[in-house]
Amino acid sequence: MAPVDEAQLKVSHLSMAFGGVQALWEVSFEVKKGEIFSIIGPNGAGKTVLLNCINGLYRPQEGEIYLEGREITKLRAYHRARLGISRTFQKIELFKGATVLDNIRLGRHIHLKTGLISGSIYLGKTAREEIEHRKFIEREIIDFLEIEHIRDKIVGMLPYGLQKRVELARALALNPKILLLDEPLAGLNLEEVEDMARFILDINEEERWQTTCVLVEHDMGVVMDISHRVIALNFGEKIAEGTPPEVRNDPHVIQAYLGDEEDLYATRR
Amino acid sequence: MPRAGRWNDMEITKDLTVPKLFLQAAKKYGDKKVAMREKEFGLWIPITWKQYYENVKRIALGMVSLGLERGDKVAMIGDNRPEALWAEMAAMCVGGVGVWLFQDSLIDEVQHIIDHSDSKLMVGEGQEEVDKCLMIKGRCPKLRRMIWDDPKGMRAYDDPFLISLKEVMRLGEELEKKEPGLFEDTIQRGTGEEVCLLFYTSGTTSVPKGVLLTHNNMLTMGLNLMRVDPYSETDDFVSYLPFAWIGEQMMSISCGIQAGFTLNFPEEPETAQTDTREIGPHMMFAPPRVYEQMVRNVQVKYLDASWSKRKAYELAMKIGYHVAELKFSKKAIPWHWKILQTAASAGVHRKLKDHLGLSRIRYTYTGGAAMGPDHFRFFHAIGVNLKQIYGQTEIAGISVLHRDGDIKFDTVGKPIPETEVGITAEGEIISKSPSVFQGYYKMPEETEKTLRDGWLHSGDTGFIDSEGHLVVFDRTKDVMTLSDGTRFAPQYLETRLKFSPYIKDVWAIGDKRPYVTGVVCIDYGVVGKWADDRNIAYTSYQELSQVPEVCELVRKEIVKMNRDLPSVARIRKFMNLYKEFDADDDELTRTRKLRRAFVEERYRDIVSGLYSNADRIQMDTNITYEDGRVARIKADLRVMQVSE
Repeated sequence: MAPVDEAQLKVSHLSMAFGGVQALWEVSFEVKKGEIFSIIGPNGAGKTVLLNCINGLYRPQEGEIYLEGREITKLRAYHRARLGISRTFQKIELFKGATVLDNIRLGRHIHLKTGLISGSIYLGKTAREEIEHRKFIEREIIDFLEIEHIRDKIVGMLPYGLQKRVELARALALNPKILLLDEPLAGLNLEEVEDMARFILDINEEERWQTTCVLVEHDMGVVMDISHRVIALNFGEKIAEGTPPEVRNDPHVIQAYLGDEEDLYATRR
Repeated sequence: MPRAGRWNDMEITKDLTVPKLFLQAAKKYGDKKVAMREKEFGLWIPITWKQYYENVKRIALGMVSLGLERGDKVAMIGDNRPEALWAEMAAMCVGGVGVWLFQDSLIDEVQHIIDHSDSKLMVGEGQEEVDKCLMIKGRCPKLRRMIWDDPKGMRAYDDPFLISLKEVMRLGEELEKKEPGLFEDTIQRGTGEEVCLLFYTSGTTSVPKGVLLTHNNMLTMGLNLMRVDPYSETDDFVSYLPFAWIGEQMMSISCGIQAGFTLNFPEEPETAQTDTREIGPHMMFAPPRVYEQMVRNVQVKYLDASWSKRKAYELAMKIGYHVAELKFSKKAIPWHWKILQTAASAGVHRKLKDHLGLSRIRYTYTGGAAMGPDHFRFFHAIGVNLKQIYGQTEIAGISVLHRDGDIKFDTVGKPIPETEVGITAEGEIISKSPSVFQGYYKMPEETEKTLRDGWLHSGDTGFIDSEGHLVVFDRTKDVMTLSDGTRFAPQYLETRLKFSPYIKDVWAIGDKRPYVTGVVCIDYGVVGKWADDRNIAYTSYQELSQVPEVCELVRKEIVKMNRDLPSVARIRKFMNLYKEFDADDDELTRTRKLRRAFVEERYRDIVSGLYSNADRIQMDTNITYEDGRVARIKADLRVMQVSE
């Protein structure tokens, strides 16, 4: 989808410290609707902290976050999820003892209107609602992500690459406006990387989804290929922002990744 | 008189075509009967004969609008799904000729077949097939349009060469409005002597050859098969093996259209086994590898089961094997064995069959390659009526088959009605029937070699035994001469060894050599788990295959097999290959038959290593991935000795 010139997510002067470690410092950026927006940076640059701030796992000490013009800085994570922010995790955070289908259903839970009592009786409206959600999961998620063959398998028994896909499935089940992806390609083999990159593009471009994606990723080849815009962080600070070629050629980015001669010399000693 | 679904009083006249039968069946069953089911979004979606008819009509007329004329070829590629069969039927209805490609064909194969067959239209499933087509269309000047049906990932494709199946159906509807009745008229114009399918045989040695088959060829083969094993319109069949394989066409088209049974299409190729279990088909035809995999699944589960379950299985199998043995030797089964068998069946066999998707099975066939006697015994022990089938694409599928109650696992049975089978002076199997093909497309020399005086020369060696059963030895060129001059089929060794759950593939070498050796491909899943259980570390197939404990494991399996063999035929040395044999590397045909001449050439270092005193072989070679990427592999392989 071609990005619209309208900030869907706005992060303004965000700062966060853990004790003496300044994890984020005055980070500001805007994500446009329909964009694939990537955050890159060396290990420990603060990328995951940033995602955690956006979806509400962390509360930043300073700065604000806006979703479609509404400030969400003080909202709790589940509240933000209800507003349409969904995410995957760097280390898989699935319920390993449950089936793939049940994990995906959990991602859909937020949209269930059934209460405890009507849910226990399970008649009429409740049953219909459940069938509707199951239809959604089958048509829009399982078919889309090509996981028909594992829908009834226990997640913990699956290979890593498929677990990553199930995580994406659960995040999508929320039907999000913005999808935060924390290193979706880490630990995948070449074929799985290609599949995952294709899924991210589909989520962004297919008419059905057209979802804004915020991607934290180390695989520079894929990041530069699929992103509309990229920012680079280093030691919690934003050091570059722009289109992939701009960021790739930015001297600060090159320095952050490769270090300068003096640093190299220093580490060798 | 409508003849569809009443094959037992069917007569195959010169006029009769597959589409004519299709028309009759559609009129007879209409909305009242399910023609096919597809599992989609987790549910089995039924498609009635009326819907089947309507869809085929639209596609057929759409193809006419795109310029398809009588005798034009339509190439098809993709997984088994209703749309695939509709397209094939549609092409036949308007007098076109279907050309099927294996869905995993590499780009060069696709190009060769499309170009050689002069295909005018190509029908593919989705993005992957479209990409293949766009890459080759410049080199296939006769190809006019490509039709696709799965919209996933297709949003950015705007090449006017491409057209969606929906759009084709819309064109068909327009034509139908303009010229009502055109569809049925076109069907009625067809005759049984017209070619309806062009099959490219995989060929273990040479470039693929295009086999021309007529409606009569297909229909007589199906009818004669059903004269031996009757199918009924209430039966279910699961279609999941490639349509480019004659066996699948024989069930889905030749028999399906005459018997009127229901075809079931699994959700994805990966879900075929669970989907088959949900359907519980009444008949099944598959190459040995499918059955080998079933046996392996059972053996692996057995290794994992608790002590009591293992004991119950062992006992039930002992009973099963004994009873099967009595049946094979056509002896009466004593009453006490009958009781034991009933108990074993209720306790174990029935459950096993259910898990394998065979709970309702009536006829199970294997063909296309040799199957080991151990696998054969296994299925009969659990009460599955597994039979050998023998035939070629050139005879529209099959010509020889086991009869119920007359099964010998070293034979392939007796010819089906209207079929004569003979042996030439050189020992070659030849056959004659109304199903024998019309010749190879644009290869008159090859045709002359294969088709002489109406006899189809198979290139297989065999003989007919005292009970009239055909015994197929092997491909003539593959039979090896051992050190003492005896002739021996390497397939025998290979199929025997494949009964071990740890061994996926074997290549036995020994033609005009001092002793027999083997190259083994371990089963990654099973051996991997075996290694995990013993805390043996490995990171890849290549590494696992060379672990000393794994080599030892394979050696024990070979020693076990060697015991039953004459001394000269025993495997004396072997090595584990660092990869599995793969059709993408040209080592196997698309139907997974070993291409011996090719592997002999490719692995000549290994062969010479096995016949030297070396205890290690250095390998340096390339492997090809499905998308055409090539990777270099360096490996250090162990040569293992098997003592007497």
